[in-house]
Amino acid sequence: MAQVHLRDVVKKYGTLEVVHSINLDIADGEFVVLVGPSGCGKSTTLRMVAGLEGISGGEVAIGDQVVNDLPPRERNISMVFQNYALYPHMTVRENLGFSLKIAKYSQPDIDKSVDEAAQILSLTPLLDRKPGALSGGQRQRVAMGRAIVRHPEVFLFDEPLSNLDAKLRTQMRVEIKKLHQKLKSTIIYVTHDQVEAMTLADRIVIMRDGHIEQVGTPLEVFENPVNTFVGTFIGSPPMNLLDGVIKDDAITFQDGSSLPIPPGYDLQEGQAVTFGVRADNIMPVGHALPSGDHMAEVEMTVDLTEPLGTETLLFAALAGTEVQAKMLNPRPVQSGERMIFQVMLDKCHLFDAETGATLRK
Amino acid sequence: MGLHHPTSPIIRLKCMELFHADPRDILMKRLKLPPWLVLLMPAIIILSAVVLIPLLLSLYSSFTSYRLTRPDSLFNWIGTFNYEKAVTDAKFWAAFGRTVLLLAVALNLEMLLGLSLALMISKVTRGQRALRTMMMFPMMFSPILVGFQFKFIFNDNVGLVNNALQSLGVTDTAIPWLVDGKLAMFSIIFAEVWTSTSVFGILILAGLYAIPRDPLEAAKVDGCTPFQSFRFVTLPFLMPFIYIAMAIRSLDVARAYDIVQIMTNGGPARRTELLWTLIGRTGYVDARMGYANAMGYVSIFLAIFFTIYFFKKLQSARKELGMGV
Repeated sequence: MAQVHLRDVVKKYGTLEVVHSINLDIADGEFVVLVGPSGCGKSTTLRMVAGLEGISGGEVAIGDQVVNDLPPRERNISMVFQNYALYPHMTVRENLGFSLKIAKYSQPDIDKSVDEAAQILSLTPLLDRKPGALSGGQRQRVAMGRAIVRHPEVFLFDEPLSNLDAKLRTQMRVEIKKLHQKLKSTIIYVTHDQVEAMTLADRIVIMRDGHIEQVGTPLEVFENPVNTFVGTFIGSPPMNLLDGVIKDDAITFQDGSSLPIPPGYDLQEGQAVTFGVRADNIMPVGHALPSGDHMAEVEMTVDLTEPLGTETLLFAALAGTEVQAKMLNPRPVQSGERMIFQVMLDKCHLFDAETGATLRK
Repeated sequence: MGLHHPTSPIIRLKCMELFHADPRDILMKRLKLPPWLVLLMPAIIILSAVVLIPLLLSLYSSFTSYRLTRPDSLFNWIGTFNYEKAVTDAKFWAAFGRTVLLLAVALNLEMLLGLSLALMISKVTRGQRALRTMMMFPMMFSPILVGFQFKFIFNDNVGLVNNALQSLGVTDTAIPWLVDGKLAMFSIIFAEVWTSTSVFGILILAGLYAIPRDPLEAAKVDGCTPFQSFRFVTLPFLMPFIYIAMAIRSLDVARAYDIVQIMTNGGPARRTELLWTLIGRTGYVDARMGYANAMGYVSIFLAIFFTIYFFKKLQSARKELGMGV
């Protein structure tokens, strides 16, 4: 097992720089998820760690060794690919044992490791089949099995669940988490799905346009997003954002309505801000969680509802901007109905209107 | 006016009926042919005229002493005499063996060279299109012209090869490339390989483009050296393409005629005689068409054998990759 360090890592294709001087320290045994929209450089970063992409600048170290110039096979890593990347001409058993065969292990050793991995991933009955005869979920398990037989220092996952259907994805997510608890190995996991990131990660690394926006535990990034991008990217539905100005110790919105300033901010009169609130923190009176100290009430007209069973999403206009609110223990709501909502101010965020950075002290 | 007068209404009616009759009516109603046969008739007529009748005629003639110079000999039935003569003829078997040799050597060389060419071109980042086009140049020339060109290149007096060897001081004798039996076979193989390596090159290149990138990257991570990646991942993916090229080229080489005819005319002393130069000579020069046809039928089995063999290989290679049959 090993730590992974990225120091000022840069990736350029010709003159186009796609990863800009990234710094990241991953502890031994940690499960780190790189998450971001497509094209944010997360896969490229992972592939630089794997050695499948050259490193244009900076250093990648695995353990104590700088691996910039080592080919993948000398980095002691294994990788699970989005499209499984199984060898179609080999049986499951051969796929699992291939890396050991290349490393010139003896046949009994290979069989032992393969059987062990097959056991962990319940692949034993499939060992003699070829990948063509497997379902998507089974192929993904084989790909994971291929990664674990070698007992590498670092596991790299490149969007491993994106090709599976929603139900299977949830199932495999649990299996990956269990696998990590069992193997206690360092894992770097790339995904564009924030739910996967939240559920799997010890720490989440949120990337955008080749920069790291924020690093933190799932709760940290959820509760204290450093900017509007993280706020809207993490959490579902995305955080509601409203533009306003600080006036008379309140946030005044474009339509003239206003809300009190959430606690923990130091603001100047006339400052342009973006007010951020999650759907979980705007709830109809009577459907909200027990109220805290900082509450504000607003009246809104519900335009549209999305019943989800345990909760219903309500689309309504707050200060002229469409926002999503949440109703727990739902009752049927007619569109056009006027309702009083509670805004939990201590869970709300204020960002700089221009840079999007948080204004929290 | 009698009943059979031309203008009698009944006869006029008959004429009109014939004139307006639909050909389908004639075939289906008058001849009582089933509809499926009527519908297949155009195909049957064309195939018979172009393939079936010539085939049957040549098969028939192989049982006669048919000579082109004596047309009436077409009706001189001699049973299996021609076949017995062919299978006991040392010259025939020598040509057969030489054809198999040419097939084996040329095909394998072309495969190896084509594979290397394709691998190199696939690595080129700039000017790949131009190189691809250039690789196909040899395919653009008629084999007859290629034959003439190599006949000149390997000429022992004025040829390019001897000239170059002598200028470089490698040798001061005139090497008889096309006169010595073994060297002549070598020269022919050389010409054959020069023209057709690109067939393998282009098909294998297509195969290389079709290989998914992921398994190759997985192989890198799994610890493969570049050679091991090639051996365990790339090559199994390429095998179907190689077998397709082999099947196409085995048919080509099994009927080899033009290059040999031009370069050596089967000589010297029949040392480069292949099946079809022998058959061509027997049929058209010696005019013994019956005998030539008999040898032709035996030779066809060679081509059929190789085609079936490579298609079997192709199927199993595709099955290996889980591509179905």
